[in-house]
Amino acid sequence: MKTDSTDEKALLKGLAINDRKSVETIYKLYYNMVQTLIINNNGSADDARDIFQETVIVLYEKAKSGSFELTAQLKTYVYSVSRRLWLKKLQQQQKYLPNVAGLDETVPVDEEIESHGQRNSEFQMMEKALLHLGEPCRSLIEAFYLQKRSMTEIAGHFGYTNADNAKNQKYKCLMRLRKLFFAEFKNNDV
Amino acid sequence: MQDLQLLDAIERFLRGEMSPEEMASFEQLRKSNPEVDEKVVEHTMFLHQIDQFSEWKSFKGTLHDVHNQLLESGDITEEAPRASVIQLWRKYKRVMAVAASIAGITTLLIASMATYYTQKKTASDLQRLRGEYKSEITKKTNEVINKVQERITKAPENTPVRFGGTGFLIDGKGYIATDEHVVNGASSVVVQNSKGQEFRTRIIYTNKETDLAILKIEDDDFRSVGPLPYGIRKSGTDLGEPLFILGFPREEIVYNEGYMSAKTGYNGDTLSFQLGVSANPGNSGGPVFNKNGEVVGVITARQTQAVGVVFAVSSKNIFRSLEDVKKDTSFQNIRLTLYSSIKNLDRVQQIKKIEEGVFMVKCY
Repeated sequence: MKTDSTDEKALLKGLAINDRKSVETIYKLYYNMVQTLIINNNGSADDARDIFQETVIVLYEKAKSGSFELTAQLKTYVYSVSRRLWLKKLQQQQKYLPNVAGLDETVPVDEEIESHGQRNSEFQMMEKALLHLGEPCRSLIEAFYLQKRSMTEIAGHFGYTNADNAKNQKYKCLMRLRKLFFAEFKNNDV
Repeated sequence: MQDLQLLDAIERFLRGEMSPEEMASFEQLRKSNPEVDEKVVEHTMFLHQIDQFSEWKSFKGTLHDVHNQLLESGDITEEAPRASVIQLWRKYKRVMAVAASIAGITTLLIASMATYYTQKKTASDLQRLRGEYKSEITKKTNEVINKVQERITKAPENTPVRFGGTGFLIDGKGYIATDEHVVNGASSVVVQNSKGQEFRTRIIYTNKETDLAILKIEDDDFRSVGPLPYGIRKSGTDLGEPLFILGFPREEIVYNEGYMSAKTGYNGDTLSFQLGVSANPGNSGGPVFNKNGEVVGVITARQTQAVGVVFAVSSKNIFRSLEDVKKDTSFQNIRLTLYSSIKNLDRVQQIKKIEEGVFMVKCY
């Protein structure tokens, strides 16, 4: 399947708004390429899935930031990002390979990888903080901030007498989450 | 709950749910109170973080769904990794070839060095203390033998004793340790205790390397002696430790005293040690005791050009031999005594107790 640059732009736009069709297209276009790269370089099918999904997330972040200017073909970009991510992972596992075999044509993606790593660790901190929050705080926060449900709906669902009660509870939970998150943040910085 | 109210205000402010008047007073508050302003900024950032997190999560969810869906519809297939061994082989062929040749060369070198440095154990200046019963000697001790033969003899008929040594019980059920060279070449082995009773035995283990052999008494006349009075020492012995030996250099049990004189045996052999004691042919296979009545070794040989230089295999080799013996399931029940029960007795009493466990080994 060949894509020209207008198609690619539309694809990225779709990606930015979490459009399922665009994700599917990207999957169909590039998954096999990335999988071949990983499998040929000491990886498993699971590794391939992880790396590919991370690559798409990098794309998604870039597309959402709005400042994304494709300087090369999207395919080259995807390949470069996957390759870098895989090398990083290999390095972490201390299985460093001096040169990853495959197509050599790549574009520099260091900036993207770095900011992606940063964001990734922030999200992981948030996930951890949520995990430590415990119930019912976690469900409450997730229902309001993640699933964006209305306060009255939540009050009914969680069995609070009225929305104000639920709201107070939610704020208390939020403050605890903040504390946990920033504690995690400081921990990681040190 | 001022904080809660503030949080609520901030969220309503961010969502644009405030009335114009409220908005104005909120702005006013922010301007006049830097603390509040800071909180607003901080919370805004935190909410933004949560927002992004939520988007990230839902995007991940989409990815996951799409992956599974496409996998099911067959648009993508998960390739199995190539057999990694083959891949490794391809990758490291050269390295492996080099490594293999280095390993090969090293092995050859070590093997040749080992052969070069290994001393021939049976050098001419070392005498095995196995008693050779030549016909003259048999004549000399005719009286004794005659007496012995009056009792029930277990020896094969019309065959003189060819050679012999000493052995000792390592398990009261009738397991005897002695030297390999004592029983080497024997067609049948009979042991005789200090009271003169004879028992038929079978050789169940020999090891030329450590020069140890283990015999099992297989005789209806033998009664288990129960727990042995002496123990067998698992660890080493110290230089200068007083030692004593019991053995059968003649038809009678003979006691002798000495000391540990070197930690290694003939030509630096680490399996054995040297002791200063006088020993004679027939002492081979005899136990070496320390002052606590623990077996620390088994006498093997003496040096011919020197007086009082005797070698013994360390007792820990008995434990090793036994591991081999126990591979045969019928010998699983052998138990070595570790602790001596005659520790604080005086020597005469110790010997009286030990005597029972020391046997003359006669080979036909």
